[in-house]
Amino acid sequence: MTVILNQSFTGISIGAVLLLIALGLTLTFGQMGVINMAHGEFIMAGAYTTYVLQESISSAGVSLLVALPVAFLVAGAMGALLEWLLIRRLYTRPLDTLLVTWGVSLMLQQLARDIFGAPNVQTRAPDILTGNIAVADGISLANSRLFILGLALLSVLALTLVLRFTPLGRRIRAVVQNRDLAEVSGIATGTVDRMTFFIGSGLAGVAGVAITLVGPIGPTTGTNYIVDAFLVVVVGGIGQLKGSVITAFVLGVLQSVLEYSTTVSVAKVIVLVAIVAFLQWRPQGLYTLRTRSLA
Amino acid sequence: MTTTSAPTTTPAPETASERAFDRFRVPGGFALGAVLLLAVAPLALSDFRLALLAKYLCWAMVAVGVSLAWGRGGLLVLGQGVFFGLGGYAMAMHLKLADAADTGVPGALPDFMQLYGTGEALPWWWAPFANPVFALAATVLLPMAVAALLGFFVFRRRVRSAYFAILSQALAAALAIWLVGQQATTGGTNGLTDFQGFFGYDLDDPANQRTVYFIIAVSLLLLMAAARQLFVSRYGELLVAVRNSEERVRFLGYNPANVKLVAYVVAAGMAGLAGALFVPAVGIISPALIGVVPSIGFVIGAAVGGRGSLVGAVLGAIAVAWAQSTLSDAFPAAWTYLQGLLFVLAVGFLPGGLASLGAVVRRNRSRTRTGTRSGEAA
Repeated sequence: MTVILNQSFTGISIGAVLLLIALGLTLTFGQMGVINMAHGEFIMAGAYTTYVLQESISSAGVSLLVALPVAFLVAGAMGALLEWLLIRRLYTRPLDTLLVTWGVSLMLQQLARDIFGAPNVQTRAPDILTGNIAVADGISLANSRLFILGLALLSVLALTLVLRFTPLGRRIRAVVQNRDLAEVSGIATGTVDRMTFFIGSGLAGVAGVAITLVGPIGPTTGTNYIVDAFLVVVVGGIGQLKGSVITAFVLGVLQSVLEYSTTVSVAKVIVLVAIVAFLQWRPQGLYTLRTRSLA
Repeated sequence: MTTTSAPTTTPAPETASERAFDRFRVPGGFALGAVLLLAVAPLALSDFRLALLAKYLCWAMVAVGVSLAWGRGGLLVLGQGVFFGLGGYAMAMHLKLADAADTGVPGALPDFMQLYGTGEALPWWWAPFANPVFALAATVLLPMAVAALLGFFVFRRRVRSAYFAILSQALAAALAIWLVGQQATTGGTNGLTDFQGFFGYDLDDPANQRTVYFIIAVSLLLLMAAARQLFVSRYGELLVAVRNSEERVRFLGYNPANVKLVAYVVAAGMAGLAGALFVPAVGIISPALIGVVPSIGFVIGAAVGGRGSLVGAVLGAIAVAWAQSTLSDAFPAAWTYLQGLLFVLAVGFLPGGLASLGAVVRRNRSRTRTGTRSGEAA
């Protein structure tokens, strides 16, 4: 029993990381049908931002707190730049964006290798996050994992509030639902797209800060997460946050419980088969915007 | 959802000489390619360079399938490494078992199993690969079966095209991770390597290596011919129609799911054959050759050369592979930037690839000459 609970908690914290990454993808993928492979490199940018800040700010706790907004801005700016330079030219060819952004991701990885070196670097976690909290006999929760969970939930909350109550959020939702109608209603869809990309990529940066608490970071850190994060979006459905939230945690728990009962590699295969089976039932994902369009 | 932009078609020939040229273009080009691959290259290149070319040609065979599934069918196949790997591992398992049998010790295990394995009997799923006919058939049929299974379930429920791309990529990731995890039975990260013989012939003998090259070159030419026939057949027309407007094809009474499935399965078979021939030519198959990154690499070559053009895709795959191995040793960092940039430029700004460069230049020139501004090129 304790093992199952411990595994479930590990799963939930894996899910929290996935959720942080997938939130940004849901936005960019959902709104523009853009499959941004460079999203993983925005995670990496966030992680390295934490590393750089820690070099200049000695207190690990302060640097982590400073890193959160800075990483959001750094990754967000990179995302907005990418949107402006490349992606806006490719809206009619969503599949091609996947390949173009993969080229970008190659270059960004090499850039990281040139600046920070190929070996992984390790950041120091603040003392307060290194311990464990014992909740019951044999069950203990790592503070860093709890922090990530809190961060993920906070991000979901913030994003929900922005989408629901701000003028920008209203415009984003309008463009997701019907781009043409939004445009004829006087919404500058280009600007909205850029802001969406900024927020989505910024969230990847926040995810990057979070994963510095989980392990060392390197130039290919982002790629390790990106495939799983895309699967979350596929299963969760695009255009709505709740699908991603549920899916991230379900996949995280499923993965970690399966890893315990089988092996890491077999668990991956089973999860993939489960996803394909799930898509038989709901080909558009868990939640999807109902439209009358055929495709 | 939306369609990928149509690759530029060659303009209709206008004069009689152009028509005549057009008629001989395809068989002439094919003959030229055959002469280059089967006569010029073996005579001009050293054993070492010929072996490298054999490797590139294997990747080019995958590109033929990519050109079919992606260029014609609009299916972004990001997991071709899976099928390349299945074909490669099927062949490698047979070669390993044959090598073990050659040692003369009854019931001998492949060398790596003695090293990592539990030292017990051969796993049951290895046993059939001792049979050469089964192994050869499996190199093509196994990838096709896996593709058929995934494709059937994905296309049947009209899962969106972007989801298909992601799922095929996830399949590549899953297979690579699974192989790494099963070190005792698959060789893990090291993969399967160090083959002695190839159906009774010694692989260390340079003459036999040349034979392997010829097998690969002929296979590539045959695959290209077969793909060309598919392109110009009724099925090929239907496949392009599905790419451009799936709903319209459905309203006309066809089932687009089946059309897409055939393209995906055939492309998988081609990748499987390529993987099987890669093993004797290069002497290794490992998870690093079939995971997410190499799978995208298979698409890159086709994209740079021109996804819609068969020759473009093949030449693109060979050129990118050549550039990779030549430049990445000399300037590893610069090559990675160049590779990324090449990809961004080719896919982003020249969707027809280098094969369409001539057409694009011609179109721009004629536009400036006539001074028309209408019909902005997509």
